[in-house]
Amino acid sequence: MKLLVVEDDRETAAYLVKGLGESGYTVDHSGDGRNGLFLATSGDYDAIILDRMLPGMDGLALLGALRAAEIRTPALILSALGSVDDRVKGLRAGGDDYLVKPFAFSELLARLEALMRRGAAAPATTKLRVADLELDLLTRSVKRGPKSIELLPREFRLLECLMRHAGHVVTRTMLLENVWDYHFDPQTNVIDVHMSRLRHKIDRNFEHALLHTVRGAGYCLRAPE
Amino acid sequence: MSGTDTLRQPLGLSGRDEAAAKARRWPAGRELWRGARRLLKTHALRLAVLYFAVFAASVFGVLLFVYWTSADFVERQTEATLDAEITGLAEQYAQRGLSGLIQIVAARSAGDRGDGMFYLVTTPSGTPIVGNIAGWPAGAKVKSGPVSFTVEVPVKGNVEIHPARGMLIVIPDNYRLLVGRDISDAATFRHRIKTTLLWSGLVALGAGLIGGSVMSRNLLRRVEQVNRTAERVVAGNLSDRVPLRGTRDEFDQLAANLNGMLDQIERLMTAMREVTDNVAHDLKTPLARLRARLELALLSPPNAAAPGEAIRAAIDEADRLLATFNALLSITEAESGASRNRAEPLDLGELARAAAELYEPVAEENGFALYVRSTPGVMIRGDRHLLSQAVANLLDNALKYGGGSDRPSEVVLAVTQHDDRATLEISDRGPGIPAADRDSVFDRFVRLEPSRSTPGNGLGLSLVRAVARLHDGTVALADNGPGLTVHLEFPALAG
Repeated sequence: MKLLVVEDDRETAAYLVKGLGESGYTVDHSGDGRNGLFLATSGDYDAIILDRMLPGMDGLALLGALRAAEIRTPALILSALGSVDDRVKGLRAGGDDYLVKPFAFSELLARLEALMRRGAAAPATTKLRVADLELDLLTRSVKRGPKSIELLPREFRLLECLMRHAGHVVTRTMLLENVWDYHFDPQTNVIDVHMSRLRHKIDRNFEHALLHTVRGAGYCLRAPE
Repeated sequence: MSGTDTLRQPLGLSGRDEAAAKARRWPAGRELWRGARRLLKTHALRLAVLYFAVFAASVFGVLLFVYWTSADFVERQTEATLDAEITGLAEQYAQRGLSGLIQIVAARSAGDRGDGMFYLVTTPSGTPIVGNIAGWPAGAKVKSGPVSFTVEVPVKGNVEIHPARGMLIVIPDNYRLLVGRDISDAATFRHRIKTTLLWSGLVALGAGLIGGSVMSRNLLRRVEQVNRTAERVVAGNLSDRVPLRGTRDEFDQLAANLNGMLDQIERLMTAMREVTDNVAHDLKTPLARLRARLELALLSPPNAAAPGEAIRAAIDEADRLLATFNALLSITEAESGASRNRAEPLDLGELARAAAELYEPVAEENGFALYVRSTPGVMIRGDRHLLSQAVANLLDNALKYGGGSDRPSEVVLAVTQHDDRATLEISDRGPGIPAADRDSVFDRFVRLEPSRSTPGNGLGLSLVRAVARLHDGTVALADNGPGLTVHLEFPALAG
């Protein structure tokens, strides 16, 4: 997996290159917008991590140029500008995800993975499956093995989100954004209680747990090995 | 303060020292000169000069008009009299010939009738035949038409030379008939008019000049008050205000508006200072903890389980700090009004329900019953993100502090509409907030004593208030007997 990091702050860039390298990615780095655009148009990347404020050419202009050239590489915008307006601007300019600085590295990794899977264009399906857990998007019903599981609408959406990212970490922030469309972190860790309820419904009385808490990062739904 | 005070006040900073040095050497003269120079530069003086010029021009125009009309009137009268006389004489001449004319002229010239008329009939050589003038006036042309001449008139024993206007008619055989009229009265009249007009004009101009300068000085003084206040405010005295006169005129309005602006600036500055102080103070403690934890991690022996734990705790601490910053930024975002353009029609009941749904498991876990009671279709115009965050903060507070002594306690979220006001109320059965503290809890970083032990940053209600204000709404705390009710009110969307 090859990534392009366009970030002008040396320290952040070094941290990103090192962290992503250790996570198994091949990383190219550019410190300014023009060079970044050149790399993005010529190289073959799986995803681009893009700072908004860059010397030479700002991140949104770079994205605009890239999308105008019909290059659809998934792009994650990293920015210190975190208001909803900034987010909307970033996504309108052609960004696929928006992460506000400062961020937890695990959050960045989880989002990058989600982004690249989205790029792989999952076939339109009406049923999601993880091990013996099955979620039917049409009938809005959930079964584990032969046993049908009753879920509240919000729990259904939580599970859907986790199943779409099965095998990968989904952070609390991602869940808040995807399920509630809330772009703020509540003071109380409300997500954890939702997850323990969901876990109670899908994992209790089954031999293998599917829903796992990943400490310091979020949650992961995966089939037992 | 007096006008001279105003004149002594230096205008700007430039040249002030130089001027001051000169003023020490020549106290009175310099002061006056400086004052005059300053006055010359003022807009008020330019205004006064313009006012004066227009005033003078109109006074002059009016006087000129009066003069012309009255002088013209007197002249016309003289001419009409002369015409009438000549017509009469011409008729006599036509009927009775030269002798008849002489006869009638003789009759008219006899005695002083006091009407100032002169008659003279002469031979072709100019020798008088009959008339009340001693001889042919010197310098008068011998040609039919109007003439101006002078005559000697005996007045109280003296002989005065009076101007006269008349008509000369050369009748057949070159005899001459001169009919004239003493115009000294008219000249006197005209002279009087001139003098009167001149004096009244001077008085009017004097009044204009004084009025103009008084007006300009007045204007200058009031502008100067504003200027001095502004200078003092710039110099750092934020509590200074422009004095009001209570006349409710434009200057008072200007002063009142400026004072309002200064009030607002002072309020903002004070708030800003408080926030900065609070931020500095409230972030210092977690930063110190963060530092201590990292230091601890560094000190731990390698391969121990502790460093990981200490680092994790440090990360949690950093996350809490970031959450505080994010909360501050959200408040700033709401207060700046920048998100106003993101406003969209929203169903307040649905918004409340979504937030309640997020908190429902936490509520249950903590022994609360969470109810949502909403009238359907209560619509407002607003920013969904900020409103959701505000409701989430209120729920957070209710679940943290709203626990009653007898569990299970209940938290009720109610959405209703009264006329054109949409209201959202969150009520709990906890200890409530004493009436004295109900205003201060909306300030940033304010945490009441009982809550200090629970985690939180003291920014939740500040955000709620900022969001309410952004939506032209209000937020108030009330007694729920027992418990607390937070009452949010917004303009409802008609529909």
